[in-house]
Amino acid sequence: MTPTINRASAPVLTKKLNRRTFLQAGATAAGGLMIGFYLPEKSRLAAQTATAAPSKLNAFVRIGADDSVTLMIHKSEMGQGTVTSLSMLLAEELECNWSKIRTEFPPVSPEYGAMMGAYGSLSIRTSWQPLRQAGAQAREMLIAAAAQQWGVDKSQCKAENGSIVNAATNAKLSYGSLADAASKLPVPAAVGIKLKDSSQYKLIGTSMKRLDTASKVNGTATFGLDIKRPGMLYASLERCPVFGGKVASFDASKAKSVPGVKNVVQISNGVAVLADNTWAAMEGRKALSMKWDEGSRANTSSASLRQMFMDLAAKPGAVARNTGDAEMAMAGAAKKIEAVYEAPYLSHAPMEPLNCVAHVTADHCDVWAGTQIQSAAQQTAAGITKLPAAKIDIHTEYLGGGFGRRGGADFIGEAVEIAKAVTGTPVKLTWTREDDLQHDTYRPASYTTFAAGLDAEGWPVAFTGRVACPSFGGLRNGVDSTGVEGIVSITYDIPNTHIEYHPPDAGIPVSYWRSVGFSQNCFFMESFLDEMAAATKKDPVEFRRRLLSKDPKNARYLNVLNIAADKAGWGKPLPAGHFHGVAVVNNLGSFNAQVAEVSVTQGKVKVHKVVCAVDCGQVVNRAGVTQQIESGIVYGLSAALKIGITLDHGRVQQKNFNNYDPLRIDEMPVVEVHIVDNHENPGGIGEASTPSIVPAVTNAVFAATGKRIRNLPIKAADLV
Amino acid sequence: MAAVKFTLNGKSQTVDVQAQMPLLWVLRDTLGMTGTKFGCGIAQCGACTVHINGQPTRSCVTQISTVAGKSVTTIEGLSADGASHPVQRAWIEEDVPQCGYCQSGQIMTAAALLTKASNPSDADIDESMRGNLCRCGTYQAIRRAVHTAARLRRASNPVAQEGAIA
Repeated sequence: MTPTINRASAPVLTKKLNRRTFLQAGATAAGGLMIGFYLPEKSRLAAQTATAAPSKLNAFVRIGADDSVTLMIHKSEMGQGTVTSLSMLLAEELECNWSKIRTEFPPVSPEYGAMMGAYGSLSIRTSWQPLRQAGAQAREMLIAAAAQQWGVDKSQCKAENGSIVNAATNAKLSYGSLADAASKLPVPAAVGIKLKDSSQYKLIGTSMKRLDTASKVNGTATFGLDIKRPGMLYASLERCPVFGGKVASFDASKAKSVPGVKNVVQISNGVAVLADNTWAAMEGRKALSMKWDEGSRANTSSASLRQMFMDLAAKPGAVARNTGDAEMAMAGAAKKIEAVYEAPYLSHAPMEPLNCVAHVTADHCDVWAGTQIQSAAQQTAAGITKLPAAKIDIHTEYLGGGFGRRGGADFIGEAVEIAKAVTGTPVKLTWTREDDLQHDTYRPASYTTFAAGLDAEGWPVAFTGRVACPSFGGLRNGVDSTGVEGIVSITYDIPNTHIEYHPPDAGIPVSYWRSVGFSQNCFFMESFLDEMAAATKKDPVEFRRRLLSKDPKNARYLNVLNIAADKAGWGKPLPAGHFHGVAVVNNLGSFNAQVAEVSVTQGKVKVHKVVCAVDCGQVVNRAGVTQQIESGIVYGLSAALKIGITLDHGRVQQKNFNNYDPLRIDEMPVVEVHIVDNHENPGGIGEASTPSIVPAVTNAVFAATGKRIRNLPIKAADLV
Repeated sequence: MAAVKFTLNGKSQTVDVQAQMPLLWVLRDTLGMTGTKFGCGIAQCGACTVHINGQPTRSCVTQISTVAGKSVTTIEGLSADGASHPVQRAWIEEDVPQCGYCQSGQIMTAAALLTKASNPSDADIDESMRGNLCRCGTYQAIRRAVHTAARLRRASNPVAQEGAIA
């Protein structure tokens, strides 16, 4: 149920929607945002204050008579800071008073994009132009209203900190006093309004405190799991432990006798127990007696899957990249090196277990959820209820982590199915942590073979690879780009390359996991590059520098490498037993280089410090960029050092945080972030640093031990 | 069903629920106090941390019957205005939360730490807070904020200035 999404850019995104999730209405709005087009909606603000509803200046900006500025945040907040950074884009041109800003998550509407959601590190990239324009349009309407009131020319009026100032008289009119009149004026064309030059920015590029912090330190922030509706029942769903299996039969008599249990219903993928509280639903579920038809995957194990991947990698696959003549160059190389790299399935494990509240009636459906893709949630609910999308309201709450997992709509579909079975009664479905780890849509495993041919001086003349990695992003000419990105995209000066791809039919649900294919392929690629350097004892930083120096297009790459190496003191003495490793990556429009400082004691890897240099183009919220770099590093460190999904008898073996144990605070290195000043269009930042931390660490482990890590997570047995 | 009487955020509270029902779900579902979060259900992540008689406790594995007669403090009761506890002030000053889901538990654990250590070291912080997972990776900000909270607390409470570890 995860929609196919394009993470490259907004215009491509709107053209390449998966048919199932394409909004009918979106077809007319695929180009972007229709300023001035409003949907009827419930304003939480109006409900709270019981005063007149704020005036709508456009899809993103509302201003109240009390001078409050309500901004519509059409991208989910899952920690990545969109509430704050999108507000900064709007406020930069709106010239409002920052302290008067309130935010809301609006309902699904074509004016918020044909595939409304937050994914692919696209929120800033796709909002950069339209939100500044929307802010500017609202400002111009306020100026026009003030000019009318004063009977002066608009050129005599300027916007300043929430007021329009009459330049001749110094008279001021607050936005609140102008909002109603402004909202009745025509919306000026965006193209006619010149946006600020970067030298004029007041907010963009600064460090702004997050707008959502106050509610997140006192328990009042509302996540999906916190929703309670009148008469709501709480549901827990028993699913087949084997992927693709089905309910054969079940006996609910014991479950129904558990105190608090009100109902038991079967849906397409399992049996749900409904109760008057979450715990009773979970207890009732434990009392179900289930017989499963486990289907054809009941013998799947990590070993059987590895064999399947290996067998495929032994055969020619679809060509994902071909430059020059790698075969001939390899044959003529002075030295040849080969390696096999592997990565396991990974679960996302956001801190908030998946959940959804659904209320289905004969002619309406309400869904409250932390979802990354509102449009997909709406279409999923429409498919189940057979109601038109217009009858389905998606209420977006805060997401307790997303990392790609909440881009799927499987958990929403389950809740809607259950709610449909008890039509009229709102239902909250809560996944347990065990459900989360055992029924994820996982980061796919990969088995990848590499070879490199080096010339007499040790410089690579040929690079070949064959990737076996399950597909979920769709095949084009036999290749799923999510399986090979980070390998086919390299811009190192290697004249002859040939990369092939196989999509194994492993039967394990897979999907987007923070940084997607880069998450494993950057580890493979940057480790193998280190192997090439080590083959003739070249310095890993010097080796990369030389391979990035020839093509001027690599200037930003080279720059972050040089900054990270310099700030980390690459090549300078380190404390006894400490070693450096380096890696660079360019993903989703942002470049970063990381140097990890690591020690290894009796097979135990400790990461002491990470220095990251990042060039993400124009920074919007500087503090937010630093937060996301730190965040991505922690996410990647868990994969490097600690977590992996394994299978036996078709079942995921990891059950909870006791055996899928992400990085904890006592394992947290000091992270130092250096941001390059750059006014290029913004790149994505939410996934930027996750890929490169992994090889930075494993390359440091090689420096420390001489052991090359070619599979994850790093195990003590690999190091002693 | 059994009536259980305890003190919740300074006020007397009686609930009539199953004796084995975890405090977490009593708080969230029965009493509608959703600041305390569900993360794992087996005391591995710390998202559900509350104070029971001042001790940081995992409410997901604490049966309500064991709470009878005791004093429970949740994130909602940490300060009267929801912002003025030194840990809350520090969390705001250092802009700690990202998704924010684990932060109630982080804050409750940090608040308990500061009652024992007025000036904790990084090692003290790591030791006390390693039971609280954060998938957004706010750990570096948490370390910084615990130091800030300790400083704020010492400034407002001179008694707490004595000794690093009480």
